[in-house]
Amino acid sequence: MQPFDVALFPENAKRCSLKLFIAWTIPWVVLLLWGLVSAVLCLWKGLNQTNMTDYFAFALWIVFDLAVIALGAGAFFTGFLTYIIGKKELKDIINAAVLIGFICYSGAVAMLGIDIGQPLRGWFIFWHVNVHSMLAEVSFCITAYLIVLLIEYIPIILENRQIQRVRELKYFGNNLHEIMAMFAATGTFLSFFHQGSLGGLFGVMYARPFDFRGGFYVWPWTFFLFVLSAIAAGPCFTILCTKLTEFISRKKLVPDRAVQTLAKISAGLTCLYVGLKIIDTLVWAYKLTPKAGLTLMDYYREGPYGIWLLIAEIGICGVLPAILLIIPKVREHNGWLVVACLLNCTGIVLNRFVFTVVSLAIPVMPFDRFVSYWPTWQEWGIALALVGYGFLLFSLSYRYLPLFPKERELNP
Amino acid sequence: MVIDLDKCTGCGTCMVACAHENNLSVRPDESDIQRKLTWMRLYKITKDEPYPKTEVSYFPRPCMQCDHHTPCVSVCPATATDYDINTGIVSQIYTRCIGCRYCMAACPYHARVFNWWDGYFPRGKGLENYLSPEVSVRMRGVVEKCTFCHHRLMRAKSKAYAEGRRELEEGEYVTACTEACPAKAITFGDLNNPEHKVHQLIKSPYAFRLLERLGTEPKVYYLSKKDWVRKMGDNYLPGEFKPVTPPKA
Repeated sequence: MQPFDVALFPENAKRCSLKLFIAWTIPWVVLLLWGLVSAVLCLWKGLNQTNMTDYFAFALWIVFDLAVIALGAGAFFTGFLTYIIGKKELKDIINAAVLIGFICYSGAVAMLGIDIGQPLRGWFIFWHVNVHSMLAEVSFCITAYLIVLLIEYIPIILENRQIQRVRELKYFGNNLHEIMAMFAATGTFLSFFHQGSLGGLFGVMYARPFDFRGGFYVWPWTFFLFVLSAIAAGPCFTILCTKLTEFISRKKLVPDRAVQTLAKISAGLTCLYVGLKIIDTLVWAYKLTPKAGLTLMDYYREGPYGIWLLIAEIGICGVLPAILLIIPKVREHNGWLVVACLLNCTGIVLNRFVFTVVSLAIPVMPFDRFVSYWPTWQEWGIALALVGYGFLLFSLSYRYLPLFPKERELNP
Repeated sequence: MVIDLDKCTGCGTCMVACAHENNLSVRPDESDIQRKLTWMRLYKITKDEPYPKTEVSYFPRPCMQCDHHTPCVSVCPATATDYDINTGIVSQIYTRCIGCRYCMAACPYHARVFNWWDGYFPRGKGLENYLSPEVSVRMRGVVEKCTFCHHRLMRAKSKAYAEGRRELEEGEYVTACTEACPAKAITFGDLNNPEHKVHQLIKSPYAFRLLERLGTEPKVYYLSKKDWVRKMGDNYLPGEFKPVTPPKA
């Protein structure tokens, strides 16, 4: 028997029954509802619903924000490679990359809306802008890029079989497709700047020696490292998401050529990033830190954060995936590719965590003490709602839209 | 501002006077120190030596009103905090602050505090009668900080203007903490004016600033003849700290 909603499926695509699909979405809807309750509480009662303090001004939400924005970089970078560089094989994965980017960015913006103390004044960033602030640049670029992502996602929605029947919408979608290169270029420009500014956000805090970096003109080195790490790990996240979809749907969805192209490019970029990150860490530890009257180990004097964080971030989740990805034999092995991508993505999340939570946990004044922080259920609720939202939107898109253009060809 | 740490007894009057002067809200339970609204915070420091060499000192910490490339001002995305080039005071515009808290992350002194709750001035207990009409109360979700009692500067300037004067006399404008300190540990004035006492005090070999080597250029100076106290004012690598040799009698 055909599923109830078969008319909405992409042409000749096989999908599970509607009942099974609804059952699959239940955990994600629960996460969304948990997030909704948390969001209402935070907006209604204020940020006292969180465990953030005057010490931990940034906390779990900013870690999630930075992490998903970095992981969502696969969208702009794949778009850049497909439309600007002309890697045609990536057209088989670009839709998924765009959708992942859209999920990550829209989720992050929604979360930021709750994170600020006066959400109704969010527009003040644009109205009373301080052009010297990295956060202002981040806000401008993220907002603009979210619109670009929406424009990139709309044609995918318009490719739904039933929508295609409406002639006007079909032509609108086709026209959008034709000018996509322009949006890919705009997205690349915007993303480059906000990925960098997110790094700059920390690098410019010259009164926090743990974060402060020297740089080129107005950009601290973290600016360039954040861009590089995002374009190195972003494609890995896109690969992970497609592999997960293939695993769950028990189908091959993306040709190996597309995945391997992304993996190969990611390999080179990860190697470059890890190399520069090591140099940056050495300069920071042996030049900048002593200038502030500190040694590297002073940062890890108190609390649970130790030098192991550096080893985990740069060694296990940096050098190791770089080596795994750069060896063609390993990269071409499905299992190892997933392991390498997973490590690479963990590394980037760890990097964002270190810059957000660890940097605020480290006291700067000699008589100040380490204070601990653990998120409340409301904070977890809002952060995990992003995961629920991601799974839900991806599942819906996979079910009803031709997310993987080669699906039919690969599954005759 | 110059704070003589050898005179400070840690009584906390400066904190109370500051809170009272600037309409700082209170919570029914004030035990959550990390979310407590305090513009002037008192840190207790101890010499890390066993009895009988144990010594205690106190660090009153207002906003440092950092000068060069003020860490918090440069990062605020909505221009809600500003540096006045005429007075050197770092201000906060509460009605413009969006509550992103980037300034709090950028400040190494923890001089900025966030309004985690709406202002609370329990009615019927007389507390609302003590609110100063010169300082606006703050709403939930915004950052606030010490302003060096900027309203007092405005008041003094208005008075001087009414009297046909352009310059303020020394002592005409002082902060609430300066006025309240029973030990007279706090001296306030114009650091650039050679006739003001603070201008002389900061030339003392015992004067130092908090985390000076970070380059924030604070306008709050501390005085202490105790080496271990001065050493607590900044981070030093082993052997870097140079004790002051007392001038020969």
